[in-house]
Amino acid sequence: MPSTFSYQFDTPSHKGITEFSTGLFINGEFVDGSENSTIDVINPATGKLITKISQGTPKDVDRAVAAAQHAFETSWGLKCPGAERAKLMNKLADLMEEHEDELAAVEALDNGKTFYWAKNADLKGAIDCIRYYAGWADKIQGKTIETNDGKLVYTRHEPLGVVGQIIPWNFPLLMLSWKIGPALATGNAIVLKPSEFTPLSALLTAKLAKEAGFPPGVFNVVNGYGATVGAAIAEHMDIEKVAFTGSTLVGRKIMEAAAKTNLKKVTLELGGKSPNIIFDDADLEAAVNWAAFGIFWNQGQTCCAGSRIFVHAKIYDEFLHLFTEKAKQVKVGDPFHPDSKQGPQVSNAQFDRIMSYIDSGKDEGATVHHGGVRVGDEGYFISPTIFTDTRPDMKIVKEEIFGPVGVVIKFDDDEDVIRQANDTVYGLACSVFSQNINRALETAHKLKAGTAWVNCANMLHASVPFGGFKQSGIGRELGEYALENYTAVKAVHVNFGHQWSVA
Amino acid sequence: MSSHEQCYRSLASPAKPLSGTTSYSTQIPRKLPPRATITMSKFTQVNVPATGKTISVPTGLFINNEFVPSVDSQETIQCINPATEEPICSVVAGSAKDVDVAVAAARSALKTTWGKNVSGFERSRLLNKLADLIERDAQELAELEALNNGKPVKIARDFDIGDSVGCLRYYAGWADKIVGQSIDIDNKTKLAFTKHEPIGVCGQIIPWNYPIMMWAWKVAPALACGCTIVMKPSEFTPLTALKLSELVVEAGFPPGVVNTVPALGSVGGAALAAHPGVDKIAFTGSTVTGRKIMEAAAKSNLKKVSLELGGKSPQLIFESADIDQAANWAALGILYNTGQDCTAGSRVYVQDSIYDKFLQTLIEKAKALNIGNGFDEKSGGGPVVSKVQYDKIWSYIDAGKQEGAKCVLGGEKRPGKGYFVDPTIFTEIKPGMKIVKDEIFGPVLSVGRFKTEEEAINLANDTTYGLGAGLHSNDAGQCMRVSQALEAGTVWVNQYNLLYNNVPFGGKKQSGIGRELGSYALDEYTSVKAIQWNYGEKLDWPL
Repeated sequence: MPSTFSYQFDTPSHKGITEFSTGLFINGEFVDGSENSTIDVINPATGKLITKISQGTPKDVDRAVAAAQHAFETSWGLKCPGAERAKLMNKLADLMEEHEDELAAVEALDNGKTFYWAKNADLKGAIDCIRYYAGWADKIQGKTIETNDGKLVYTRHEPLGVVGQIIPWNFPLLMLSWKIGPALATGNAIVLKPSEFTPLSALLTAKLAKEAGFPPGVFNVVNGYGATVGAAIAEHMDIEKVAFTGSTLVGRKIMEAAAKTNLKKVTLELGGKSPNIIFDDADLEAAVNWAAFGIFWNQGQTCCAGSRIFVHAKIYDEFLHLFTEKAKQVKVGDPFHPDSKQGPQVSNAQFDRIMSYIDSGKDEGATVHHGGVRVGDEGYFISPTIFTDTRPDMKIVKEEIFGPVGVVIKFDDDEDVIRQANDTVYGLACSVFSQNINRALETAHKLKAGTAWVNCANMLHASVPFGGFKQSGIGRELGEYALENYTAVKAVHVNFGHQWSVA
Repeated sequence: MSSHEQCYRSLASPAKPLSGTTSYSTQIPRKLPPRATITMSKFTQVNVPATGKTISVPTGLFINNEFVPSVDSQETIQCINPATEEPICSVVAGSAKDVDVAVAAARSALKTTWGKNVSGFERSRLLNKLADLIERDAQELAELEALNNGKPVKIARDFDIGDSVGCLRYYAGWADKIVGQSIDIDNKTKLAFTKHEPIGVCGQIIPWNYPIMMWAWKVAPALACGCTIVMKPSEFTPLTALKLSELVVEAGFPPGVVNTVPALGSVGGAALAAHPGVDKIAFTGSTVTGRKIMEAAAKSNLKKVSLELGGKSPQLIFESADIDQAANWAALGILYNTGQDCTAGSRVYVQDSIYDKFLQTLIEKAKALNIGNGFDEKSGGGPVVSKVQYDKIWSYIDAGKQEGAKCVLGGEKRPGKGYFVDPTIFTEIKPGMKIVKDEIFGPVLSVGRFKTEEEAINLANDTTYGLGAGLHSNDAGQCMRVSQALEAGTVWVNQYNLLYNNVPFGGKKQSGIGRELGSYALDEYTSVKAIQWNYGEKLDWPL
């Protein structure tokens, strides 16, 4: 029997108890992993143990896939009408709303993000997303296609079957909702692997999904490490599709595993080094605010973070001054303190990785204009950091840092800044700031990225597609576009009169 | 039949006379004596004799989320229980001035709290909430519907209301998915995109045959798209629309988004159709009245019009059909809702070779239906809605006999109270007969015969209507050929009268304009704006 995690929150932002099983969630039940082993869950604000959760294995993935397959064939997929799927999904959203503060608190405890943002961005976005896709569940439509009058031809958009979903640690619950929303709406059964760094909110959600009444096996959660559970999902012969959000490095491995096994469908949402271009005719104060939000939100652990900030020479000094002031105002501290705007990085490993990038920036000759240091002596807090005097070949300009570290780069030519902005293997997002809408749109259209923000940054809506150009990913999440990731189109040709003879 | 199947729903026509006169409302209003000074309380307690319960029903106009008296009307609408002919209660009969007030409220809401001022996510949330409340109150609403319309409680609850809840939820799902297109012009200097904006203030006039369900069909897509509504329920069945208005408030819709003006068609309906402040009018009812509405729109502000009108829908029974099943569907087609169904399959044509066997089976099936008081659990059908409708149906039955058709089932009046009409089947029909040409809107079926597929198609299409059509055959090639040849907005193959919220419904020919249900209905409540943006081209002048 897996143990129950019980935690009493007594913080300025939230008071209350949460209680849920730490097991794997397979076939509607919380169960132990096949080896009875566990994974430590660490509080990034203190570096101390929160709890231990069951560790899944490839054998557990087999069990979960079998449960999902059974559900798909008997109680889900084509056996469950869209309106019924919608009802269950809306019920889950209602329960998440009912437990909004509890989920936000668990997320803040596990991930380190502030309770405020967890509640107002992660939870709100997750609930909206589940409701949005609940609305699609009874609107999955094929087409009828004219051929000749002896034939009826139509298409069906059928669910794929069992899908594997591997989600990251930066927005654990929000990424869960982006993944399960379209998959459930289209009738697929799910084996989900949360990040081993942030497994808790998925377990609480599994408890709520059970309460909502999903048939057993429709939604399974197998916690574990990427090298074991993640790899088992990517290689599994009975998983029809794998969706992954995380690093480009791991994304490649997943695609390779799919290629070597059953050619399962793959969608990937990967890294970025997104440019943020601030022209001399921008509303400077607004641009400064958005730029700060673009790079420092979520401790910089955002795949669409605006980490390369290109500022026109005419306003460079003023921008840098104001931007630095903003960075100074970002209060780093306890995620549950109402004044905190930035919490710790998610893990010791991520902390070390970010600090090593900061060191490399210094070594390669860039200037630490602001920050660049650890905050406090407990937990994984890093001060908002601004680099200047960079060169295009520096690691901090080329590579995704995934921390609160922005580089500010001066430019004076519109065409050249577009060239620089596009000079990356990534293409997830970009921002453009200008009060001349002609200049802004022209630039936005020329940038190679899946999302272009004009006079804003980091805005996401459940109904608007999101995904990467180039090496930032394959496929699109959110919006109607995401439905394509989870359906297989079947063309049905019915012959009514067309005679055929081999002679 | 599963509850997912939206069984037998249809659109109704208000009663209309045989002569086809074109008066705006052909129904004689029941009023209290006009000389009396009537001070109506805002609510009345309606007794449900069968259960001993009382239901509190609003009796005023519903404007700006409040029940209010008429500005100037002293008149009332008396509601009758068609199973007993006893009065139930009276509600206010709204005037043209009341319509003005309601339209102003709807306009104000559109400009401030609804329309482009509210997100699709919020509209979705409110529609889902409204659906939850209707589901919660299903039993009470069903009893009120049964009392006023006559249909069995269980059918009102499980089909009319169950499907209405589904309809609201379906469109709740669309509210945050109203998307336009972005259109590339030259990729360098020009951008165009479309926005599907709410049309604005919508007048909606609904019939008496499915009072709750037609309310849901109208309200759900309009609200999903961000429109505001002035709803006029039928003067025969205004009670449930008023009761639903209470739930609109409870769900949390801002004032003025939904307004309900019970009124006579000749007063409130005419005022809505001609109103310069109404951007769109949606009507379900008779073809006669539909024409008047379109005419009023043409003469006033060219408001957009969608119409769901009458039908004289054919069902073709081919010799390869499963006779027992075909007879079941044929019986359902004409007898569901006591024939008060605008998709009613009122003309059945049977292939020569199986005619006798099919007819015999069909008569047995029709006899098996129990028509009685809607509060009796055994009843599969209730009385027809009103005395006017009752008289109209009987005048058609008399005409059928006079014109020489053979009445092989029914055709005899019951003694006692209540507007009951038993299943009636005519054979030996001819194309020119009234019972073959006109919509009767009662449980009266004409059965004819044909030899060939071509003859069957010609007979089926020989009508000015084009709402529904059915065909029964086990020859797939024939199913395909005939379904393509039938002139109707819905063709049922080896089934009849089943509707789904995600499948469009509406009429060809003189059965209507526009489509309800499915994504198609969204087109009826949005207007497309193309925005053309130049961000790079310099214009030289003069040309």
